[in-house]
Amino acid sequence: MSARNILLAGGPAILLILSFLAPPYFMHLLIQILLWGFIYTAWAMMGRFGFVSLGHGAFMGVGAYVPALLWNYYGVTPWLGIPLGVALSALLALVIGYPCFRLRVVGHYFALVTLALSQVVLLSIVAARDITGGSLGLSQRAVGFSWYALQFPDKRYFYAISLLLWLGGLAVWRWMNRGIGREVLDALAEDEEAAASIGIDVMREKLRVTVISAALTALGGAIFGQYLMYLNPETVSGIAVSLQIVFAAIVGGMYSMLGPTVGALLTISLNEGLRVAFATNFIGAANTIYGILLMLCIIFMPRGIVGLLGPMTAGTSIRPARKPDEKLAA
Amino acid sequence: MDIYLLEAIVNGILLGGVLALLALGLNLIFGVIDVVWIAYADIVMCGMYVVYWLHDFGWPLPLACAATIVALAAFGALIHLLIIEPILGSAPINQLLATGGLLFFLQSFATLLFGTDFLNIGVRLPIIEFGGIYISFARLLAFALALVGAVALYFFLRRTFIGTAIRAIAQDRDIIGLMGVDQRRIYIITSMIGGALAGLAACLLVLQYDVHPFIGNTFGPLIFMICVLGGLGDMIGGFIAAFVISQIISIGGYYSNTELSYVLAFTFFIVLMFVRPRGIFAR
Repeated sequence: MSARNILLAGGPAILLILSFLAPPYFMHLLIQILLWGFIYTAWAMMGRFGFVSLGHGAFMGVGAYVPALLWNYYGVTPWLGIPLGVALSALLALVIGYPCFRLRVVGHYFALVTLALSQVVLLSIVAARDITGGSLGLSQRAVGFSWYALQFPDKRYFYAISLLLWLGGLAVWRWMNRGIGREVLDALAEDEEAAASIGIDVMREKLRVTVISAALTALGGAIFGQYLMYLNPETVSGIAVSLQIVFAAIVGGMYSMLGPTVGALLTISLNEGLRVAFATNFIGAANTIYGILLMLCIIFMPRGIVGLLGPMTAGTSIRPARKPDEKLAA
Repeated sequence: MDIYLLEAIVNGILLGGVLALLALGLNLIFGVIDVVWIAYADIVMCGMYVVYWLHDFGWPLPLACAATIVALAAFGALIHLLIIEPILGSAPINQLLATGGLLFFLQSFATLLFGTDFLNIGVRLPIIEFGGIYISFARLLAFALALVGAVALYFFLRRTFIGTAIRAIAQDRDIIGLMGVDQRRIYIITSMIGGALAGLAACLLVLQYDVHPFIGNTFGPLIFMICVLGGLGDMIGGFIAAFVISQIISIGGYYSNTELSYVLAFTFFIVLMFVRPRGIFAR
């Protein structure tokens, strides 16, 4: 535990020091790793309980586009726009999550319903091209350095924001672990009827996890948009983004707090490394290797993934054995 | 009735044929092995490239198509043996995710090999005019072949020993071994048929659409919806669902624009999943 605390305190400290030394290119990478790490962590918050959502592209898209549109058309500050986008995403998660959990739409059905949600948001953004710029994307109206507009040409500001956001994400993760929620979810992952029979409000707990996960994803998307100052439906919403989120979190390991961040570190480094090594000669090389890596991860680490994904499919397949260390720790 | 609306409806029926054909193989695998090949549309994309290149090398089109169907049947078996079989015992979502890795791999490998150019095979089938309505012959062909494919598959499943075994496995996975059926062999055969149907779909799509590495994204989500809406492994249900979805897209596109009609189709799917979670025709 103490080693963990040292890591928790020391890690950010080192990162902070790095921030003042890093040249802009590396700072850009660090910001991306932190922001994506935050989003992957948010996904894993529900993924680890067996709700594999392919709809997080939708939440991210809503979170990114709402503040940008409000700012461009009405001059509404992102300080208002971002909470609104986050709230809308949470609402969307509620609207999809409630019937899914009520009707026991689980396993790959849940994945396919949320996949459809990804497409609905992506295509809606493209369809509203008069407002959103469609597939061409959208640039936020730039005003230079401004706290009001949440625009900082200096990358160091966004580095600090991303770092805080990422730490916040980890704090939420820990808070969920400490609170009653985690045990409740573990209980209902084990046996839903039994959990309900001892007075656990199954529905409320599931929805809580889903809504928190969606809201944080939207928040990550909003900050990502503010940082890049350019939104494209393909890069902040849709199936491709949803799958990117799912896979990075899985490769990194979705049941440990730092796993999704490791996933972000790994995938972004791989991407950049290959891009630098091969220049543009081999477009797609990174994802080719990434795809192979994913298949290998899922095939050869079955116990790790099953251990966590298993509960979702309770009733439809053989229930995997408990992971003793996990349960004892909880 | 408005002639353009009529044309939209007719084209919707023809699009339904293409989608039904695409969904056929996926539905078989989904229903029998209980695995979602989320990369199915990208396997079709690979087939389109194979047809394109063989034709480009100077092979006659029918030969290129036949070779593609055989190649994709082998590919289907390979996917099952390499990706699905090692994790057959784990949660179904893992198999979905593993084929998701395949999706990434195929899309980026195709980009690596062929670039992102839109390639056109250069074979244009005539457009038929019928009473003021213009119908693409390629779509008509796809429609007819989807019908033939579905009927052939139906009889294969009903009338042959292997077909009966396939249906039996879909009904009860555990008991089938006691009946002297080699489950592994059935799964491989099912995957091969699924691959071959992907190859057939590729041959027809290449006549209508330009090939590019991401064409799978256009059809993939639609055909999953169709399989689920029709009820897993229910070929006839899938067939009807394909036409329902294609009509929503086609008529929706007539009244608004293409993207909104897709939004409508996906929303319809989400709502229907809540109303009838086991498919439109579930008993």
